[in-house]
Amino acid sequence: MDKELSFEEALKGLEEVVESLERGDLTLDQSLDFFEKGVGLTKFCSDSLEKAEGKIEIIKEEAGKSVIEEFNYSNEGEE
Amino acid sequence: MFGNKSSKENIWSVSGLTDYLKKLLEDDPQLSPVILKGEISNFHHHSSGHMYFTLKDKKTQLKAVMFRGYNQRLDFTPEEGMSVIAQGKVSIYPARGEYQIYIHSMEPDGIGSLHLAYEQLKERLEKEGLFKEEFKKPIPKIPAKVGVVTSATGAALRDIISVAKRRFSNLSLLIAPSQVQGKGAGDNLVKGIEILNESDVDVIIIGRGGGSIEDLWAFNKEKVARAIFESKIPVISAVGHETDLTIVDFVADLRAPTPSAAAELVASNREEVKRYLDRLENNLYTSIDNRITRYKDLLARLQDNRAFVLLRDKIRDYIQEVDELSISLERNFKLGLERRKERLEGIVGKLNSLSPLNTLARGYALARDGSGKSIASINGIKEKEEVNLLLKDGEIICRVEKIIES
Repeated sequence: MDKELSFEEALKGLEEVVESLERGDLTLDQSLDFFEKGVGLTKFCSDSLEKAEGKIEIIKEEAGKSVIEEFNYSNEGEE
Repeated sequence: MFGNKSSKENIWSVSGLTDYLKKLLEDDPQLSPVILKGEISNFHHHSSGHMYFTLKDKKTQLKAVMFRGYNQRLDFTPEEGMSVIAQGKVSIYPARGEYQIYIHSMEPDGIGSLHLAYEQLKERLEKEGLFKEEFKKPIPKIPAKVGVVTSATGAALRDIISVAKRRFSNLSLLIAPSQVQGKGAGDNLVKGIEILNESDVDVIIIGRGGGSIEDLWAFNKEKVARAIFESKIPVISAVGHETDLTIVDFVADLRAPTPSAAAELVASNREEVKRYLDRLENNLYTSIDNRITRYKDLLARLQDNRAFVLLRDKIRDYIQEVDELSISLERNFKLGLERRKERLEGIVGKLNSLSPLNTLARGYALARDGSGKSIASINGIKEKEEVNLLLKDGEIICRVEKIIES
């Protein structure tokens, strides 16, 4: 699988694969090739969906430089 | 210096006094800078680019000048009757001996002026094309990391975090804290957008909780609008309540009615995409199943085709024929065997009747020489030779005494 592939591109590719398979003008061999490609794209998409880390961070200025720190809302107080 | 007023050396020239007063005004720490509130009248935008007008309140008026270098940075076009808050220095224009304010920056003030300035900027940016659909960047379907430009202590951030946690615990947030109202808020927001453009976020939410038009004013600043327009990362605006519309909402790639709604949008998109992906996956398997079933049906149909049926029936006929043949073969073989057996028994019977043993039983004897050969003639037999006589119940060994030829 292409490393540069974005989620959107993979999803679009999968849509096209399914569409081609549903249209039904492929030979059996072609169908199986498309199916295999579709399975790969499906896996890529679900992996992308699971990728996010759930971190909450804040950019802070320290000595004129930006640093990224973990953000703890409960410690920051309210307005 | 002022002690002896009659002294001739102490008589001021007009220029001298003016210069003195000018310096006095300019050096007063109370007046640098001076922030002044007033209403614009006699507004004149000179062909040189400088602006000349009067700031007044109910009782008093004051000459004001805003040079080109400063007024180019104005977010709005000053108009007759507009209330403003101006910042600058107070000085004297020596040629007319008039004191005036030299304005460096100016903001509309009061609801009427703010609305007017808002309409002006909206119209200008719209004409310039900043709100055009063709410039809107697509919002990524499943952002993994979302940048947030808002107050670190505001309700907007609290709402965004709570939605992100509720809807999709894996969504990462990177907060660029910013003042969202008051002096410097505009610059803060611009910096937040710029700094997030250098990070790895997939989309930026810029916003704050609801408030008056004054509270939301930073989101109607031209520089903020331009920073959003220039952003390489798609921007979702989430300012105030549903009914609050700001310039930022027009220029953003997508407008969410509230900060919570913006968070719902990026988080729920993900759930939606997950469902869509499941559906696609299902269709993928169904379509290949259908295809294989179709081929199977086709194959079955071909097998039922007349040509195949004829061939199959023919084959069945042949098989039957072979079976029948093999049965009759077996039957014939058995029959032949029995016949042969009967014949053999007949022959054996005949053979029996011819056997010399039967003859012996009737009293005859069989004569044989020493080597076991039967003797049929006297030729070859010598006297004193041993001869064997076989009878029905034994043998007699004899010695030849005499040979008589008959």
